[in-house]
Amino acid sequence: MSTSTVSTTINGDAVQFACPTDESLLDAIRNRVGLTGVKEGCGTGDCGACSITMDGRLVCSCLVLGVEANGRAIETVEGMADGDQLHPLQEKFIEHAALQCGICTPGFLIAARVLLERNPDPTEKEIRYALAGNLCRCTGYDKIVRAVQAAAKEMRKASKKRTRK
Amino acid sequence: MRVEIATSNLRAAADGCSHVHLEATNIRGLYADLVRQYPAFEKLVRKGIAVAINGRIFQDDWTAPIPADAELVLLPYIEGG
Amino acid sequence: MRQDTKFTNQNFRVIGSRVNRPDGMDKVTGRARYGADYDAPGQLVGLFLRSPHAHARIVSMDISRAEKLAGVKAIITADDLPDLTNGNREMLDILENSMARGRALYDGHAVAAVAASDVKTARKALKLIKVEYEQLPHVTDVDEAMQPDAPVIHDWIFTQGVNPTPKKPSNVCNRTEMGHGDVDAGFARAAHIIEKSYKTEQTHQGYIEPHACVASMGPDGSGELWVTTQGHFAYRNVCAELLGLDIAKLKVTSSEIGGGFGGKTHVWAEPIALALSRKANRPVKVVMTRDEVFRATGPASSTSIDVKIGVTKKGRIIAASAELRYADGAFPGPWAILGAMTSFACYDLKNVKTVGYDVICNRPKVAAYRAPSAPMAAFAIESTVDLAAAAVGMDAVDFRIKNAAKKGTLSSYGVTYGPIGIGPTLDAAKNHPHMKAKLKKNQGRGMACGFWFNFGGQTCSTINIAADGTVNLSVGTIDVGGSRASLSLIAAEELGIPYEHVKASVADTASLGHNDMTDGSRGTFSSGMATIVAARRAIEVMKERAAAMWDIPVDKVDWKDGHAVAKGKKNSKLAPLSLKEIAENSPNTGGPIAGHNEFVADGAGVSFASHLCDVEVDPETGATRIVRYTVIQDAGKAIHPDYVEGQFQGGAAQGIGWALNEEYIYGEDGRLQNPGFLDYRIPVCSDLPFIDTQILEIPNPDHPYGVRGVGETSIVPPLAAIGNAISNAVGLRMTHVPMSPPRILAALEAGE
Ligand code: FES
Ligand code: FES
Repeated sequence: MSTSTVSTTINGDAVQFACPTDESLLDAIRNRVGLTGVKEGCGTGDCGACSITMDGRLVCSCLVLGVEANGRAIETVEGMADGDQLHPLQEKFIEHAALQCGICTPGFLIAARVLLERNPDPTEKEIRYALAGNLCRCTGYDKIVRAVQAAAKEMRKASKKRTRK
Repeated sequence: MRVEIATSNLRAAADGCSHVHLEATNIRGLYADLVRQYPAFEKLVRKGIAVAINGRIFQDDWTAPIPADAELVLLPYIEGG
Repeated sequence: MRQDTKFTNQNFRVIGSRVNRPDGMDKVTGRARYGADYDAPGQLVGLFLRSPHAHARIVSMDISRAEKLAGVKAIITADDLPDLTNGNREMLDILENSMARGRALYDGHAVAAVAASDVKTARKALKLIKVEYEQLPHVTDVDEAMQPDAPVIHDWIFTQGVNPTPKKPSNVCNRTEMGHGDVDAGFARAAHIIEKSYKTEQTHQGYIEPHACVASMGPDGSGELWVTTQGHFAYRNVCAELLGLDIAKLKVTSSEIGGGFGGKTHVWAEPIALALSRKANRPVKVVMTRDEVFRATGPASSTSIDVKIGVTKKGRIIAASAELRYADGAFPGPWAILGAMTSFACYDLKNVKTVGYDVICNRPKVAAYRAPSAPMAAFAIESTVDLAAAAVGMDAVDFRIKNAAKKGTLSSYGVTYGPIGIGPTLDAAKNHPHMKAKLKKNQGRGMACGFWFNFGGQTCSTINIAADGTVNLSVGTIDVGGSRASLSLIAAEELGIPYEHVKASVADTASLGHNDMTDGSRGTFSSGMATIVAARRAIEVMKERAAAMWDIPVDKVDWKDGHAVAKGKKNSKLAPLSLKEIAENSPNTGGPIAGHNEFVADGAGVSFASHLCDVEVDPETGATRIVRYTVIQDAGKAIHPDYVEGQFQGGAAQGIGWALNEEYIYGEDGRLQNPGFLDYRIPVCSDLPFIDTQILEIPNPDHPYGVRGVGETSIVPPLAAIGNAISNAVGLRMTHVPMSPPRILAALEAGE
């Protein structure tokens, strides 16, 4: 298998890495770029722990090849906070105890952010279906759904304020 | 004092009896007397057994005192998840 | 030294508040480091070769070609792992489970391991290892394994607990009987006798983080292990014994753990990773794939259980018995014993008998899974209890209230209960609004009770007071679900300082004395108790320091609300000294201030739960949807209610998965057919409703704050609660778990 040089943007930073053409983007991000917030729970697209966005689209990075990232914009959990300001989802996950072990948390945060960008006021059912690709074995999802609801509410308030200004 | 034996596999070491009579003031002494009277318990005690003193289960601590008239029950060593 | 750990009913300042957890920030930003998130300079990649057969003799193994491959630095087979266990069969089992010794005992059993410079080379090397197998007859079903003509898996297993011990080996490693009274006499007097047989399939703990470690050993016998585990001290001791190392020279650091549920209380690849590293003299990183996790780690027992319950006309259970057969996998375990002990623990019975059979079969070695062995027994017993209630025309809750164990009851496992929570959880269930909610077509409501022991065990904690009055709390129990928050609350409570002034961390094995694992719901119970004592000792030191600062005798110093207070008229002008002031002065009053505690935290109170559940069964597909779910459980005292609720909800969700979907499916060839999350389906977000919780607080008399373990009991009732709900929805008594759509559909069709 040959090796390819990949130029991509990760969390706004230009990044270059060389990777074998059959290597997953998950492995490339973790092992070559060193961002280990992206987790591997299965490697087969079933758990969502490796969720990232690629050009704004939610993908399982274990199902994407590293070389496919060339010229794309990647976002991972490491890029969610704005400087020292946590994303409302991050804040609400902590406040609502939406994590126990936390291994699923990066994937949930990314998936929930994509949901709220498309649908700022999702119903409980919409939240549950939007997050159905992410497995959590610890929480029974109760507090995760509540955290997403709380974050959505806060983000709606914030955007109203912004539009009023 | 009378010591109940909860399970058949432990009872087997006491010649099948469902209870034994032992003298001790703490768990270490209890096990010592148990092994003295029923040598088959030696292996079991080494592997780990538990004793309930008035309903409180002790698995590891052999220093716990045994009050007179306590309800005593020998149990298998248990593990959790 | 023994400490007084009796319940004192003190008033709390911060205990019971819902503070943010200290590790939250790292976990929402991706900074927290789990098992696979650590690298050592120059590390190799370790991979395993696993048996494709359920049972096979390893006729020969040729590693010579693999060894010659460039980049391969070490290969380990059983030949590299001499038996150092000194006749300790259980330890040898652990070693043999890590690496087959002459025989592969289940599909996925490791037969060799390779360390190479990169994954590709390691994979190539695995392919170059030539193993010649002679397939042997296998058995994976628990009932079949007990048959006289079943292939006998170990020639050294002679059933224990039967008199006389059989002369022929078999797959039944243990028969355990317990109980009291006379069940035959009881049944003879019963107005109704209900008998039923049940089966439950094998499940996996299903933690999202696969096992992972980085092992680093030098030829000098010193080593380090970074690993995801529920018990780094236990891992250290086991690995040291298996590999012939000095315990103190192996330093184990626990990573953040991505779920364990009992599955990370046992070593699997870790001793082999250390052996690879020792041989290669390089660090070796091993990360299991999900396929390996399913095939070679975990699971819980599959079971087959017969229950018989006799009731009087008035609805009292007059006799109860059960025979429980648990598959232990390839090596013996205590699993049927635990099933037998927990079976009837919720009830006040005059005549009760349970018999457990631990059975060997060609499946992975069973590991603890949250209240191990209790959910299956509860499924069988609580389903039958519902039938018994129906037989006498009583409501399921009233029937249970009438028969519930209480203080003074001689439990089915032989111990007389102190104050316990089963009655209160049932009363709460009866009065819960959930009970009055309207049900729609094809919906049914069910309930069930559950019991778990909870453990204590060896524990130590250290409190170090920093120069500015903030506090480091070092504990040795792994934080699996927020215990650093609850333990910080406890330290803050005792010391009289704000929660935010405490920084809790899990110390490595070189920094603290031995701690047993976080299992048996013991994390907050045991380390909490150790933290209380450590804090009280630190306070004693601070009182001495205050006395020195004031130049008065120490017996004239009290501790109140985080301050040293001078007692007596003579000292009335001395203003209280804060912890901070005492800390700041510590260099001049005797140096650093600390409090330690090391002890055995026995006395974990038993815990009970009652669950309510509404389901809707789709008669077209046989699919069951959970419409509403309520967990009512006794926590003794909820230190941090959010994480107590989290344990209740998480356990319930795992139980729901077990009840409805999860199962190991073995083919005729004895190979696992669904070793992945696609086919081994755990509940997803859209499968579940919100899970309501009600925390009851019946203090544990043997904990200063009244704490009981809370982590496990919640997985016990769901299987039966759902079975009972399905029965009430569509009139079908399901006796085979999981109650998956095909099984329900088949039962519906058979019923029509
Ligand atoms: S690791 Fe990508 S979905 Fe599980
Ligand atoms: S918090 Fe552990 S898997 Fe979700």
